[in-house]
Amino acid sequence: MKHEHEHTQPPSDPALRIKALESLLIEKGLVDPGAIDELVDIFEHRIGPRNGARVVARAWVDPLYRQRLLEDGTKAIAELGITGLQGEDMVILANTPQVHNVVVCTLCSCYPWPTLGLPPTWYKSAPYRSRVVIEPRKVLAEFGLAIAPEVEVRVWDSSAEIRYLVLPMRPDGTEGWTEEQLAALVTRDSMIGTNVPRVDAAATGRGK
Amino acid sequence: MNGIHDLGGMQGLGPLIREPDEPVFHEEWERRTFACLILTLAGGQYTVDELRHSIERMDPARYLSTPYYEHWLHSAEDLLDKKGVVTREELARRAAEIAARGRD
Repeated sequence: MKHEHEHTQPPSDPALRIKALESLLIEKGLVDPGAIDELVDIFEHRIGPRNGARVVARAWVDPLYRQRLLEDGTKAIAELGITGLQGEDMVILANTPQVHNVVVCTLCSCYPWPTLGLPPTWYKSAPYRSRVVIEPRKVLAEFGLAIAPEVEVRVWDSSAEIRYLVLPMRPDGTEGWTEEQLAALVTRDSMIGTNVPRVDAAATGRGK
Repeated sequence: MNGIHDLGGMQGLGPLIREPDEPVFHEEWERRTFACLILTLAGGQYTVDELRHSIERMDPARYLSTPYYEHWLHSAEDLLDKKGVVTREELARRAAEIAARGRD
């Protein structure tokens, strides 16, 4: 029976290839198996957009922090204990009533890992990378974000060195909110620039 | 280099598809590929620029039709072979052994 079924469920090609590579890397002492699990755990559970949300909320409540953040993003983010790979040269893009910023990596998938974690698939996909630079308003509309015609849209193309984080505007109606309450409003997409924080979204638990 | 990876401004690459509440990784092979690549990078087997260059040299049709982490897998296999750290022959032999074990 087994022989008859041997081709019905073969390991998918990349799955088999990485198993072979991983076992050879371990055998040659180039990779520690414990480190693999540790690294996966860090990126699945400990690093993500909640880090970036803390940065944004702090900038909303503390004008001096906001100033430091805009002057030297990497250093100001490190003040909150957030550092690491793919976040070594951070530039903060502040949205204003006149300018909306949105980030892409047309060449690959560059993204600020320490503040946002690993990028979603759409960010790395050919349609987003190709289109957002030529028709940003149309792409943003697909995310449910209508940008008024009088507002300038700036599209920033990341590089292997420089990583961008959008600092969205603090929504109206949040006067007197705590830093934690404000951080809960800040979604991943609002820090990429494909959306903005919304009070109603947070209230109903819609986080994306 | 000028190549298929330079996607900015191209047209006709299909609709923008987003997955609500997308997990960090979808499949186990993506987790292992991510971790093995970062650990070998940290271990000095290659630089980020070498990895990017290797991905940029992928066959264009394959670049567009494979999932993201397969690009990473491609670059690790490609560079480790070129540097003689893990050769393609070793990989093929090990893959065949693992596949055979899976059928027992």
